[in-house]
Amino acid sequence: MAAGRSSGAAESKKRKKSKSPEEGSDVAGGSGGGEPPVFFPPSFSVSEIKNKQRRHFMFMKLKMEKRKRQILRNHADDSVKKRIIVYGNALAKLALKKKLKKEREALGDKAPPKPVPKTIENQRVYDETTVDPADEEVAYDEATDDFAPYFNRKTTPKILITTSDRPRGRTVRFTEQLSSIIPNSQVYYRRGLALKKIIPQCIGRDYTDLIVINEDRKIANGLILSHLPNGPTAHFKMSNVRLRKEIKRKGKEPTEHKPEVILNNFTTRLGHSIGRMFASLYPHDPQFTGRQVATFHNQRDYIFFRYHRYIFRSEKKVGIQELGPRFTLKLRSLQKGTFDSKYGEYEWVHKRHEMDSNRRKFHL
Amino acid sequence: MAAPAQNHVWVGTETGILKGINLVKKQAANYTEVSSLDRSQEISVMCYGDPQECEVLLGCRDGTVRVFNTEKSKFTEFHECRGGEGLFRGLGVLDNALVTCVESGLLKVWKEGSNENLEVQVGAAVEKMRLCDTQRHKVGTGGKENDLKIWDLQRPEEPIFRAKNVRNDWLDLRVPVWIRDLDFIPESDKIVTCTSHHQVRIYDPSSTQKRPVLEVLFGEDPLTALSITPDGRSVVVGNSHGHMGVIDLRKGRLMCALKGNAGSVRSIQCHKSMPVVASCGLDRFMRLHSLNDKKLLHKVYLKSRLNCLLLTSRDKWEDEELIPAEAEDVKDEEKDEVWNNMDTIVDKTSSKRRKEAQEPSVVAESTENDKKKKKKKKSV
Repeated sequence: MAAGRSSGAAESKKRKKSKSPEEGSDVAGGSGGGEPPVFFPPSFSVSEIKNKQRRHFMFMKLKMEKRKRQILRNHADDSVKKRIIVYGNALAKLALKKKLKKEREALGDKAPPKPVPKTIENQRVYDETTVDPADEEVAYDEATDDFAPYFNRKTTPKILITTSDRPRGRTVRFTEQLSSIIPNSQVYYRRGLALKKIIPQCIGRDYTDLIVINEDRKIANGLILSHLPNGPTAHFKMSNVRLRKEIKRKGKEPTEHKPEVILNNFTTRLGHSIGRMFASLYPHDPQFTGRQVATFHNQRDYIFFRYHRYIFRSEKKVGIQELGPRFTLKLRSLQKGTFDSKYGEYEWVHKRHEMDSNRRKFHL
Repeated sequence: MAAPAQNHVWVGTETGILKGINLVKKQAANYTEVSSLDRSQEISVMCYGDPQECEVLLGCRDGTVRVFNTEKSKFTEFHECRGGEGLFRGLGVLDNALVTCVESGLLKVWKEGSNENLEVQVGAAVEKMRLCDTQRHKVGTGGKENDLKIWDLQRPEEPIFRAKNVRNDWLDLRVPVWIRDLDFIPESDKIVTCTSHHQVRIYDPSSTQKRPVLEVLFGEDPLTALSITPDGRSVVVGNSHGHMGVIDLRKGRLMCALKGNAGSVRSIQCHKSMPVVASCGLDRFMRLHSLNDKKLLHKVYLKSRLNCLLLTSRDKWEDEELIPAEAEDVKDEEKDEVWNNMDTIVDKTSSKRRKEAQEPSVVAESTENDKKKKKKKKSV
């Protein structure tokens, strides 16, 4: 048996060996351009090839040839031409870049400004609800909303964290770690209680927020954040939960200092509401001696949560260390009032087919 | 601000601001000073004070009814209409008397200059009170566990119609009642209601049946608002998730869905004659849909959560474009001159347009409005 196995391995090796020169020649034929281009009868088209792999290969080859001819036509410079012939396309591009760079350096300050690359974010469709900081009406609306008591320093956050019924190991650990990074928060076991029964008890005990982590097949996949006593309630999809143990190059356990909070890119009216909701989870007056910071970064409607410790190494250098946990949230709905999924009124519901018709349109 | 406000839509907000929107000019304006606001001014109901739509009545959270004059563009009167508890759930005008109804179920008729106000208890937890458009003394009420009742304000002792709950369901359990909105079907006695249990029901007081004559289900979420279309054959309903649909009242079939709303719909109103429907809600947008091709015609961001809206019953919005401009120009001059001036200005605009148009084919395509002007010009 052992002998047979070894012989098999040897065979495969041989096969590999015998194959490699072929591949090498293919590559040379494709990119070197030394060989004459592939010729087909005049009425031939690549789509007629029945074998998919072969068809794809031929198509790529044709495309490459075409591209090469284009480059040769466009560049009068002999050195570039030579390079294309010798090294193929990719290297030719590199050479072109180098040449451009040289030209820029030669021009010095007169060089035209570099074009800004187009990204989905900077091509964002204008949202008319974008909040203007000078807007009186929005300022008034925000000054009298449900978070006003927190921002006027009349209440201090007190948070209850619970899960869906019967959480499994990972979600339990996640709630514990979450409570370690949110000051003045307690984890309670759900005990099969209905949320509508929990909420009056929470209000009676002066909780200001309720966080419920939902779990599906041992993976945390949802988060309900409800502000008490009068709402609103936000429902998020949660993904990419990374516990402290699973983070590479993490720091030591976080301390009990009140962290600073960073809220990034919450620009629209809806984004403002969500941002205020996150802000009201953390107490005022962070303790800077703890050097800890919680970040809610919104990018393309996904909210990334990170928890870091920083240090000012020198006047210019800052070091950061992630402490975890980390997760990603996406807003599903914002409901007026406390949790009531059946009779509650929704302020905003994410409707995929209606709202996601444009990739450059964002809601937060 | 002395100029008359030629607005097509009036919107009442949760912050207490009255907003007017001119859809032709595409302008929206606040008619309440932001600096003088507080949360007790939240506008919960609105109605027109007179058939000419010169006055807009606003029912506020603090139990007052404010009167806004659209010609003077300012608030002219404040009525203290306290009594009962909770927000206003209905407001109407009946022969110079105000009709109000609050959440706790107290319906009151406030006659001007007399202290003897008519009071009717219509049952607890009222969600909606509405006056009939044609027979003004007829009033419908309904709410949570408070089924539809129709009252005659001339004989307010007993309701003239009291709906009966539907039969028990297949488990022989009582079906809960929770009416959210109701409206009278024009040119008949029938009434449409929508409920939190996503039913749309039609009641017919003229028949012997006290149970609904038709029941349609729409979506899965609580229905929050409805409005009957101008032809009286269908009804537009909206729910708490921002879905809107047009339901045929004869067969009870869903005709089409009106898309665009992101949050709960708080108020819907169809135009009296044109096939358009305006809606507003918690997502802070006022939307105007066409009922013919269910397209979104206008979408206006209004910065606050919107509670209620009023759509003008005027027709031919495009024609109004010229009239206010002329009126402003010739405000101070005498009547004869006014007429003279008007003609000349019309001439100018038409000639301008012609210059712009230049080609005869474009002129031929222009609207009837222009044609009329040309005729006028010839006659001059």
